[in-house]
Amino acid sequence: MTSWRPSNGLFLCWAALMVLLALTVTLAYQPLGFFNFVVALAIATAKAGLVMIIFMELGNRPGLVRAFAGAGFFWLMILLWLGLMDFVTRA
Amino acid sequence: MSEPGDIAAHLSSPKQRDEVLELGMWTFLSTEILLFGGLVMTYMVYHHADPVSFAEAGRQTRIVIGTINTAVLLTSSFCVAAAIQAGQAGAVRPLKGLLVVAIVLGLIFLGLKGVEYAGEYSDHLVPGVDFAQSGPHAQGIRLFFIFYFLATGLHAIHLLCGIVVLIVFLRCARQVVRRPRYLAGLRTAGLYWHFIDVVWIFLYALIYLPGRSG
Amino acid sequence: MKNYLTDDYTLRSWFFTTDHKRIAILYFASLILLFFIGGAAATMIRIELATPRADLVSSDTYNRLFTMHGIIMVWFFLIPSIPNTIGNFIVPLMIGARDLAFPRLNLASWYLFMLGAAITLLAIFMGGVDTGWTLYTPFSTLYSNSYVAVAAAGIFVAGFSSILTGLNFIVTIHKLRAPGLTWYRLPLFIWSLYATSVILVLATPVLAITLVLLAAERIFGIGVFDPRIGGDPLLFQHLFWFYSHPAVYIMILPGMGVVNELITCYSRKKIFGYKFVAWASLAIALAGFLVWGHHMFVSGQSLTASLVFSFMSFVVAVPSAIKVFNWTATLHKGTLRFDAPMLYALGFIGLFTMGGLTGLFLACLAFDVYATDTYFVVAHFHYIMVGGMVTAYFGGLHYWWPKITGRMYPEYWARAAAILIFLGFNLTFFPQFILGAEGMPRRYHVYPPEFQVWNVLSSGGATILAVAYLMPLFYLGYSIFFGAKAPANPWGATGLEWQTPSPPPKYNFERQPVVSAPPYDYEHAPEPQNV
Repeated sequence: MTSWRPSNGLFLCWAALMVLLALTVTLAYQPLGFFNFVVALAIATAKAGLVMIIFMELGNRPGLVRAFAGAGFFWLMILLWLGLMDFVTRA
Repeated sequence: MSEPGDIAAHLSSPKQRDEVLELGMWTFLSTEILLFGGLVMTYMVYHHADPVSFAEAGRQTRIVIGTINTAVLLTSSFCVAAAIQAGQAGAVRPLKGLLVVAIVLGLIFLGLKGVEYAGEYSDHLVPGVDFAQSGPHAQGIRLFFIFYFLATGLHAIHLLCGIVVLIVFLRCARQVVRRPRYLAGLRTAGLYWHFIDVVWIFLYALIYLPGRSG
Repeated sequence: MKNYLTDDYTLRSWFFTTDHKRIAILYFASLILLFFIGGAAATMIRIELATPRADLVSSDTYNRLFTMHGIIMVWFFLIPSIPNTIGNFIVPLMIGARDLAFPRLNLASWYLFMLGAAITLLAIFMGGVDTGWTLYTPFSTLYSNSYVAVAAAGIFVAGFSSILTGLNFIVTIHKLRAPGLTWYRLPLFIWSLYATSVILVLATPVLAITLVLLAAERIFGIGVFDPRIGGDPLLFQHLFWFYSHPAVYIMILPGMGVVNELITCYSRKKIFGYKFVAWASLAIALAGFLVWGHHMFVSGQSLTASLVFSFMSFVVAVPSAIKVFNWTATLHKGTLRFDAPMLYALGFIGLFTMGGLTGLFLACLAFDVYATDTYFVVAHFHYIMVGGMVTAYFGGLHYWWPKITGRMYPEYWARAAAILIFLGFNLTFFPQFILGAEGMPRRYHVYPPEFQVWNVLSSGGATILAVAYLMPLFYLGYSIFFGAKAPANPWGATGLEWQTPSPPPKYNFERQPVVSAPPYDYEHAPEPQNV
């Protein structure tokens, strides 16, 4: 009982998440212009990906589960893409 | 009350029960993506309309609290994932300990959020309640903070529900070695908890990071 | 021999049931009540519109009437109708399961639905809402003197009922199918409900958050849709229609699903092009999310967006058309029987096609600029919703009535009602196409005198329709007590639901069925019985 400890994978994932958090904060203070926004979202996506693949175990689940996990994000992209299209293309 | 295999009367096998719970939770999480997604759409529309004001508004958020809270939630996710591993190994004491830590971290998050909200109230940054900003960016700041309060408020409500769920699993943690459905349930609850974390990861990027390089 | 109805007679066993069949009955009873409330509003609207002047009600009351009619009919009748009555009852039976995946969530769905209905009815009895069911800002947020936030709360709660239903169906269809029941052996009703459930699950949350934004704006004046502080009213419309357009597919896909079952049974033939029809359902579900801007052509949306949405609206018509062609091909050289369910199915095909084609008219930008917010649109959507969906609902109700109640309905009364519904419907709504083309705006209760003849015809049709809708209430009610007892499979239909007694036992099947036959295997099906 006392010999149990969490797997290395979990520790590594946590460490990676902390590193990415530090990275995103640091980069936020760099003058990258428009790319600040892009970088922030990209790092967020990476962090979310780690949580989903490691903590939520999507890394070793069948394709159906992964499809379900992806569906929400895919549909959100429809909302954002087609929705913003109006605002972005107004005269 | 339950049949051998610890499954409900309408199901036919433990494997089916586990798969049903997993798919059910992922379906529910998809609905949550779209729920928060509507708010993200609102953010994106107004960010596009006035990115300078959004940057200005971002500067007024409390990045120290926000960053600590992010680390807190990420760590709590680690704890929940580890708790599940402990449950799988039948290690009841570590399971309970990890759940306690996750719950405490969740409560810390909510506490810090409350401190943050109080600060924003005293800064007159609460649209619809007490909003008094001046200058050319006032409108954009107001729209930013509408998103901020609704999104983080909704997130906090979800987190609170998650904490309650974890408390329930903590209370009956001894069942992990007796009832297979405990672990199936904890896994499902874990998915929910991690998802709350994922939502926060994106909210953090949208709320605390804009305008820092200005 | 106990069945799900006779298993326990206590009130507690009904209001705390987790049996999907009893929950379906709970929904059915609630929906009858709500249909007639929404219908009462429609009756007053049509009475008022029989004359060009404002005779019956003031403008303000009229606004509240059509709003109430829309809100109740959309959210509290059409959306739950087939999924929560026929779907709840039949889906587990059709796939050989003992219940849905989450029986307690199913009961929670009903309670949420009732709570949402109660709150919305409260809004109506407090004085109603005058914004139209579309709740457009900034009128609804800044200027309306009506109970917008209360109604929004009611719809919000009902939305979660929808979401839980969709979630339940999706997981059930994936995981609780009987051994041997592969996807391509499923009845197409299941494919349709699966597609419906995808929409329920992915669209409704956006409605939920939109209503939160609306209520926050209304109650706290946050300003998110307020142009005076930089808010954009069109944001509301985008968010609203992102849900509400797919919602119309939530409403029609189950009807299409029912029609598959009816056409095959009453032609005694397998469906033509099974895989096309199956995938067309999913295509409608996906493509239905890509067209919402066609409700906003004249709103100030960008021309680019309008062009894209117009094009996509043509694309989404294709899978629906495929279904219509395939149903027609199924009828060809079938051994047709014109029982009441078949009459409803045939009515559906014709009326849905008219509604769908007129939708294509409206998808053309140039025509829509002219026809939008006229009675042309009103006629278009009533052809689909009433001529299509309500017709299919009645068809399915009759078809599965023996299974649900264990009684046969009186066939000749049913056929008479079906024909009367068809005639009354067309008399009510066809003149509205003409009115719209001639320029009569919707949501107006006064109009130029030259429009009166069409309005009178429409109101006359509505009277016939009202009588026709009341008829089933009587003969179906009668049949519960005095109808002939139904055998397990009176129609000689294929499908697992017909292989268990009528009404089914509590856990549906004595033994878990195992499937090896293709769907709609009418060559090997038993003959219909004369009961």
